[in-house]
Amino acid sequence: MNRVEGHDKVTGRALYSAEYPAEGVAYCYPVQSEFARARITGVDASAALAMPGVLAVLSSEDPPELGEDVTGELALFQHREVAYRGQLVAAVVADTYENARAAARAVVVSYEPEPHDVRLRDDHPGLYKPDKVNPDYPADTEKGDVAAGLAEAAATIDVTYTTPVMHNNPMEPHASVAMWSGDGELTVHDSTQGASADRDMIAQALGVPPERVRVVARHVGGGFGSKGTARPNSVLAAVAARAVGRPVKVALTRRQMYDVTGYRTPTIQRVRAGVDAAGRLLALEHEVAEQSSTLVEFAEQTATPARVMYATPALRTAHRLVRLDVATPSWMRAPGECPGMYALESAMDELAVAAGLDPIELRVTNEPDAEPESGMPFSSRNLVACLREGARRFGWDERDPSPGIRRQGRWLIGTGVAASTYPARRRPSQASAAVEDGGYVVKIAAADIGTGARTALTRIAADALGADPAVVRVELGDSDLPYAPLAGGSMGTASWGSAVTMACEDLVRGDGKQGFADTTEAVGAAAKLATHAFGAQFAEVRVDADTGEVRISRMLGVFAAGRIIDETLARSQFIGGMTMGIGMALMEETITDLEFGGFVNHDLAQYHVPVNADIERIEAVWIDEDDDRLNPMGAKGIGEIGIVGTAAAVANAVYHATGRRVRDLPITPAKLI
Amino acid sequence: MKAFEYARAADQAEAVAMFRPGVMYLGGGTNLVDLMRLGVARPDTLVDVSRLPLDGIEPDGGGLRIGAAVRNSDLAAHPLVRERYPMLARAVLEGASGQVRNMATVGGNLLQRTRCAYFQDVSKPCNKRLPGSGCPAIEGDHAGLAVLGHSHACVATHPSDMAVALAALDARVHVTGPGGERVVPMPGLHRLPGDEPERDTVLEPGELITAVVLPAPPPGASRYRKVRERASFAFALVSIAAVLDVDADGTVADCRVALGGVAHAPWRAYHAEQALRGSRAGEDAFAAAAEAEMERARPLPRNAYKVPMARNLIVRTLLELAP
Repeated sequence: MNRVEGHDKVTGRALYSAEYPAEGVAYCYPVQSEFARARITGVDASAALAMPGVLAVLSSEDPPELGEDVTGELALFQHREVAYRGQLVAAVVADTYENARAAARAVVVSYEPEPHDVRLRDDHPGLYKPDKVNPDYPADTEKGDVAAGLAEAAATIDVTYTTPVMHNNPMEPHASVAMWSGDGELTVHDSTQGASADRDMIAQALGVPPERVRVVARHVGGGFGSKGTARPNSVLAAVAARAVGRPVKVALTRRQMYDVTGYRTPTIQRVRAGVDAAGRLLALEHEVAEQSSTLVEFAEQTATPARVMYATPALRTAHRLVRLDVATPSWMRAPGECPGMYALESAMDELAVAAGLDPIELRVTNEPDAEPESGMPFSSRNLVACLREGARRFGWDERDPSPGIRRQGRWLIGTGVAASTYPARRRPSQASAAVEDGGYVVKIAAADIGTGARTALTRIAADALGADPAVVRVELGDSDLPYAPLAGGSMGTASWGSAVTMACEDLVRGDGKQGFADTTEAVGAAAKLATHAFGAQFAEVRVDADTGEVRISRMLGVFAAGRIIDETLARSQFIGGMTMGIGMALMEETITDLEFGGFVNHDLAQYHVPVNADIERIEAVWIDEDDDRLNPMGAKGIGEIGIVGTAAAVANAVYHATGRRVRDLPITPAKLI
Repeated sequence: MKAFEYARAADQAEAVAMFRPGVMYLGGGTNLVDLMRLGVARPDTLVDVSRLPLDGIEPDGGGLRIGAAVRNSDLAAHPLVRERYPMLARAVLEGASGQVRNMATVGGNLLQRTRCAYFQDVSKPCNKRLPGSGCPAIEGDHAGLAVLGHSHACVATHPSDMAVALAALDARVHVTGPGGERVVPMPGLHRLPGDEPERDTVLEPGELITAVVLPAPPPGASRYRKVRERASFAFALVSIAAVLDVDADGTVADCRVALGGVAHAPWRAYHAEQALRGSRAGEDAFAAAAEAEMERARPLPRNAYKVPMARNLIVRTLLELAP
C-alpha cells in the first residue's frame, strides 16, 4: 500500500511544526555564546529593545521562571556560566523573524572568558568511568582473562579506530510554535520524535503539570535521534510566548541546530583480539573514549555490540567519558551500535587478515550459542544466514582476499563485509480503537518522522481488525492521544504495534465499537531473552589510484529483523540507513574548532552527506524470521540496523582495494593519497 | 540580515550609474544572498543585473562571446560551447547542482567568494571579511584551502570550476564601470591575497562584468577533471583544466594547464607548461612538468595531500590527452 499521508506530503498540505498558523504569532531568535567557557557578566539589551518590532529580550539578566527540576540544556538563561560555544545565552522576541534576527545581533553580552578544553584524547586526565551508558547499560563488563587469551593466541590484533563528531541533519530543521491559552494551558507544535515524552519534558522544564501541556507533531521531517528529546527551542518558544503574551515561533537555522540539538560523540576505540589456529576467539576487548558536555552526562554505549556478537572465553568492554567545554552529544541513528560496530567489524576484518581466514568464516566460527556477556538465549539470531545469503548474492566465493591487486583502468577495486546488530526492544504504550463513520479510527501518540509509521500502523490495525486498510484511519502525533513512547531505538513499530494490535483485539472481542490497550503489563512480563536484529553488509568500492577518491559501486544489506510489516517502507528504512552509513564511511565529519570552541563547519555545504550520485547500486533484502516471543507482530524494528555495519563494510572494502587500512573516519581522498 | 533596497537596472549604463558605496550588483544570487543571510555581505542596495540584455552567446571571430548574465546551465548546454569548448562545458557541469546552475550567471560565477568556513562565520576573525582581524584558518581548519600563492594574511581558495577552464582558455573579461570600459585577461582577473585578501579581483568599485570573450579554441585535446570526496555538489579538493597539442613526432607543440582548489585564484601552471613545451610527450615529461609546478607549493599541515593529488592529476590528465 502507498503511504497514507503521501498525497498530503507531495501536495504540500502536510504541515510541519514551523508551518502551523497561529493568530498574532511573534518570532524568537536566539543569541549564542561566542565563548566555549566563560562567565556572563552582563547582557545589555537596550539597543535591541529599541529596534523595530522588538517585544522582549530574554536572558540571564532576568532569568525566566522554570521548574525546580529543570536541568542541562533546557535550563535556559538560569545560570551565568557558559558551557560551550553556541549555547543559547539570550533571545529576542519580535513581530517578524527578520526583526528578531536583526535585533539578536544588537544584544550585547559581556563575558569573562576562561581557557577552554574541547579536544577529546584517549589520554585525557579527565576521563572517568560513567555509572552507566546510554540508556542503562553498565559502563564496563569483564569475564575471563583477556591478557591470558591474547598471550595464547595464534594471531592477534591491537588496533585503534577513531570516529569524528557527526550531526543528524534531519531535512526539517527543529522548530517550535508555542501558545498559551487564557487559563494557562500550553500547546506546542514541536518537531519531535515523541509527543508524549516531549510533553513531559517541556512540562517538567516549565514546572507545570503535564496535563496542562499538549504537543502536536503530525508530520516530522526526520530526526535520527536529534528530536528524541525536547531541545532548547521547545522551552524557549514556551517561555517567550509567556513573556510576550502571544504565540511564539522558534525556527532554528541549520547552523543553530549544530550547536543545540545534539550530535554523535567522537570516539577513540581500541580493540584487542586474538584467535587460536582454528580461528576461535580466545579474547576480545573493546575500550572506548568519548566526550560529553559539562552540562549533561551523555555516555554513548559504543562498546556494547561486543557483548552481543561473538563467542569468546575472555571478553572485556569499557567506556570512559570526559566532560569538555563542548555542546551536549545525544542520540544519532544507532547510538552505540553504529560507531562501535564500525570498530568491532573493522577489527574482525583485520583479525581475519592476521589469521589468514576468510572474514565470513571467521564470524561464522565464532557464532555464539547464547548472548556472550549475559549468557541469555537469543529469541532468534540469524547472523550466519544473513552472511551466507549475502555471500551468495554478492558473489563472495569468487573473491581473492589479497589486497590491492584488482585494477580497472585508474580504479583499484575491492570488496568488504561486515556484520550488523541492533537490539529489538519495546516500551509500554497505549492505544485506542473505535468504530467511526463506517470505518475504524485508531489513536496513539506515536510519531511518523518520515519512516511511514502511520502506514505501518494502519496495516497492523487492519490485520488485527480483519478489515481493509482503506477503512482504517490512524491518528498520531499528538500528546492528547493515548500515551506512546518515542520513535527511536528501532522500537516504535514494536511498541506501538503491540498496543494497536491489543486495542483492536479488545474492540473485536468486546462490544465491537471501542477498544483500548495498555501494554505495560505485557511488556513487563516478556520472557528474559536476548532480542536483537542482525544483518550483513557487503560493499564493493573503487578507489582512484591517483586521487584517492572512493566510490561505492555496489552495496548489499541482508537483514534478519523479525517479521517485515511493509516491504516498501522496510526497503526505504534499510537503504536509508545504509546510505547514511556510506556518508559516515566517506564524508561526514564535523570539525571541532580548537581555537574558538564550537564547530567549524555547520551547514550542508560544508558537512557533506551522500547525494544521489554517490549511490550507484544499493540493495536491501531480508530473510524470513519467525520470532513469536518478541511481540504480537513478531517484528524487530528496522530503523537503525541499516546504518550499523555499513561503514565497516566500506572500510574493509577500501583495504581490500588498496591494501591501506584507514582507521580514522571518514575515509577521505586526503587519507588515501 | 540587514535591510536593503532592491533596484533593477534597465541597461548596463544605468547599472553603473546607480553604483555608489554600499551598492552590490546581483546576478543569480546563489552566493550573494547566502552571504547576506549570514551577515557576511551587508549591502545597502542590490542592483539586479541578471535581467540586463547580456544573456547571449555569439560567435566572435574564431571565438565566442558569452554575456555576463548567461545562466550556467545555458552556457554548459550551448551547442557552440559543447562543440568547440567541451572542457568549459564540463567544468560548468562539475560545479554546484542543476538547481544552482539554473540560477547562477557567468559574471556571478567569476565573482563568487571563497567558501572558507571562517570567512562565512561572522563570529570569528577573518582578514578577508574584516581586514586586520587575523586568519584562524592557518592554525585551524584549512584542509580545503590553498597550497599555492597564499599569504600570511589569507589561505582561501577560489571556488569556481568555470573560472579554471576560462583561465586555461585565455578568456578575456569585458568590464564596464565608472571609469569606462576595459578588458581584463584570464588569468589576471583574480588576485592572490597578499596583504589585501579583502580584494578577490582586480575590479575597481562599481565595475561590472558584461561579457567573457573566448579566443578561438586552442589546438589539441582538452579535459576538465575535478577531484572531490562526494560524487556531486562539492567544491574541488583539486581540479584541472588541461589542453595538450602534440606534434606528429611526439613533441609537445603547446599546452595549457590550470588548477582549481589550490589557490586564491584559478592557478595557471605556467611552470608546468614551460617545462612541457618542446618536450617529448610521455609520462617522464609530464611528471617533470607536474613537479616544476608543484615544487612551488607551500602546503599547511592539513592540506599537504593537495600537493601529490595535484601532481598525480596533472600527470594523469596529460597522459589521457596524449595521442
